[in-house]
Amino acid sequence: MKLTDAEQAMYDGRQGPAKQKAMDLLVRYGEALGAERLVETNNVAGAFNASTPSVRELVKKGFDAVYSELNLDSQDVVPIPKMAVNTCQLITGIDNDRWHIQGIPQELADQQKKAEKHFGALGINMFATCTPYQVGNVPVKGEHCAWMESSAVVYCNSVLGARTNTEGKESTGAAALTGRIPYWGYHIPENRRGNYLVEVDVEVDDIMDYGLLGYWLGEIVQEEVPVLTGKLRNPSLIKLKHFGAAAASSGGVEMYHVPGITPEARDVEEAVAGRKIVDRLRYGAAERKLAYERLNCADNRDVDFVMLGCPHNAIEQVARIALQLDGRKLSLKTQMWVHTPRALREVAERNGYVKMIEEAGGVVMSDTCPAISRYAPKGTKVIATDSAKQAHYLPAILNIPVWFGTVEECVEAGLTGKWNGRLK
Amino acid sequence: MTGMQERPNNKIVLHGRKVVGGVAEGEALVTRDTISGWGGINEREGTVIERRHELRGVSFKDKILVFPGAKGSSGYSAYFHMTRLNGVNPKAMLFPKMTTKAALGAVVTHAPSMTDFDRDPLAVIETGDWVKVDADKGIVEVTKKAKG
Repeated sequence: MKLTDAEQAMYDGRQGPAKQKAMDLLVRYGEALGAERLVETNNVAGAFNASTPSVRELVKKGFDAVYSELNLDSQDVVPIPKMAVNTCQLITGIDNDRWHIQGIPQELADQQKKAEKHFGALGINMFATCTPYQVGNVPVKGEHCAWMESSAVVYCNSVLGARTNTEGKESTGAAALTGRIPYWGYHIPENRRGNYLVEVDVEVDDIMDYGLLGYWLGEIVQEEVPVLTGKLRNPSLIKLKHFGAAAASSGGVEMYHVPGITPEARDVEEAVAGRKIVDRLRYGAAERKLAYERLNCADNRDVDFVMLGCPHNAIEQVARIALQLDGRKLSLKTQMWVHTPRALREVAERNGYVKMIEEAGGVVMSDTCPAISRYAPKGTKVIATDSAKQAHYLPAILNIPVWFGTVEECVEAGLTGKWNGRLK
Repeated sequence: MTGMQERPNNKIVLHGRKVVGGVAEGEALVTRDTISGWGGINEREGTVIERRHELRGVSFKDKILVFPGAKGSSGYSAYFHMTRLNGVNPKAMLFPKMTTKAALGAVVTHAPSMTDFDRDPLAVIETGDWVKVDADKGIVEVTKKAKG
């Protein structure tokens, strides 16, 4: 791989051992990819917090050891300096204020808070959400980023037109210290062109339907770039957030185009720009039903946990839940956690939404989600969720069956303790 | 014969590109399904946990893992990284589809890994075959398991 003089200086250790280890990892990673060079980035979103039991032993050796091993792939413990470029923390395993409701031991919550204090002072901004684009990190079109979080990556590329691959804990750790990431994949304009044409032949409007479409599509196209036309109604941040998260769970979609809506495709021709089309797909009623059936793996209709807010809810989604719950009470058998970024929780409190949800018996969580934390309310046997992504992952991660449906069906399940969702 | 050498003693040789250097040999574990790291594997046991995955419940510890590539969460590399720290990582990885997840995952697992093969490893290698990977030379030597 070709390095600039500044990069070579870091690689040779002239900028200290941490940058040396970071460059060493970026070179190994870049060569593994077959990249020819690195690109400068000033926007890194990664995972730095020490919030899981498996890092306990490393934490005993100090946070430099945590960063060295987990964020730089370095067995040598190197002193970690301040972040070189804008860097933020994505979702974590623990809600700093409601860890006891999650069922998390205090010792782990304290460990996360200590880690935050340490890494916060080094310049890692503690957004603590899977949706940094909802709370102020909104890269401009063409901006080179180094982001983790598959649902944020697909949003960043497709909806914002900024450029990132799905990075990992180690590559973002190295990027934060060097301001570099391999120039490969979606950093290169040609690779951003569409190579699947998808005709949406059934009305897709509700959040649930955007999730179903994404879930069906991801499994087929895997990591390729679909171009969607047809009956996609009223696309919005919320709907595209759900669509992308689903497509990046059943497959590895990091980029898609909706001609006329997303910024790199005024029309199909511009979206494809001469790239060879691999296949043409049609999404109709049968495909919709297939996705729905794949996401619903429960058979017991007694729901004891309702999980809402994956990816983290926008304020409008919190409002929709609060207003449906207002003045009513959740079933005594059922718990409900609503997840939203901490900054938006602040807004939800001012609006009274938090109070409405809490008075109904629900919880408004931030910083985390059950899939990341691996914690659901103790004794949970059946989960209901409005998120295709959680419906995909929770059965594997927590070994608990899931019902998937609309927000209203999920809230209703919380109120009655029964799943009555169905595909209409 | 094109692109490969059939040898009388049941050996097949594939050529490819080094992803992570090194040499390893062991029994192949082959899947046609892409693999998720976070949410797809158990990093303490080295098993696949995804609900509809053909390897669900199967351990890749000490195996030569042959799979199409990575999918899903960006936690892919972190989870394969932890399989190494926990001593349950695959011995080597062979995958035709290059992505950032698959590349970084292989790099931090420190397992000899290859891609860009002259023949599809998923078509040539079956679970149980004995596989020697020399990633530095770009050679994979497959000894088919005895039939019957």
